[in-house]
Amino acid sequence: MAVRILYFAWLREKVGKGEEIVDVPAQTRTVADLVQWLRTRGPEYEEAFKRPAVVRTALDQVHVKPDTPIGAAREIAFFPPVTGG
Amino acid sequence: MTVRVQEGDFDIGAEVRRITAGRTDIGAIVTFTGTVRDSNDSAPLASMTLEHYPGMTERELAQVEAEALQRWPLQASLIVHRIGTLKPGDNIVLVVTASAHRQDAFASAEFLMDYLKTRAPFWKNEVGADGAKVWVDARETDDRAAERWSKR
Repeated sequence: MAVRILYFAWLREKVGKGEEIVDVPAQTRTVADLVQWLRTRGPEYEEAFKRPAVVRTALDQVHVKPDTPIGAAREIAFFPPVTGG
Repeated sequence: MTVRVQEGDFDIGAEVRRITAGRTDIGAIVTFTGTVRDSNDSAPLASMTLEHYPGMTERELAQVEAEALQRWPLQASLIVHRIGTLKPGDNIVLVVTASAHRQDAFASAEFLMDYLKTRAPFWKNEVGADGAKVWVDARETDDRAAERWSKR
């Protein structure tokens, strides 16, 4: 399943890109599964996701939890806790 | 009800005039302006750059605004958030609420800011006076400020 993945703030810096189209393995069910799989893609991903508890996720621009199923999401974004305002 | 994300500065007086133009039913207007402090946790600051998630930002802000409208009888509301590079003293965010009575305008403005701080996808990258760049950490006090609204 081809999914657009976005990275923001220090996650973007650590991964080395702001977005990419990724073919996610079929058995990747939840957000946490996806993070585990991304970590196997290279040292930069391992470094970016080494503390999954501080990474936030949005599916199709809506905040979700790690146990949320990815379902048919077309855009998945990873970012640190927000610091606007 | 308006939400805007922009690089340029905003004019508080002009924004309020736009909201009140031609109407006499408003009895209270609250404005909150967030500005760039010259230090964060005592480290001197040269500038900061605000990054955001285009699309999701507008969506989250509109949702927060819709939630405020369900809780308080507001006649108007406005959220303006700046992005890009800002210097100490610059404006960052503006929230305006208008209602018949002050309690609703005060409470809803505080609610909008508390929710914006914990939900809207903005990130601050600070450049210190020594040139070092640091991503600002989220504050637990912001989470607690937002949580108190869900206990009601």
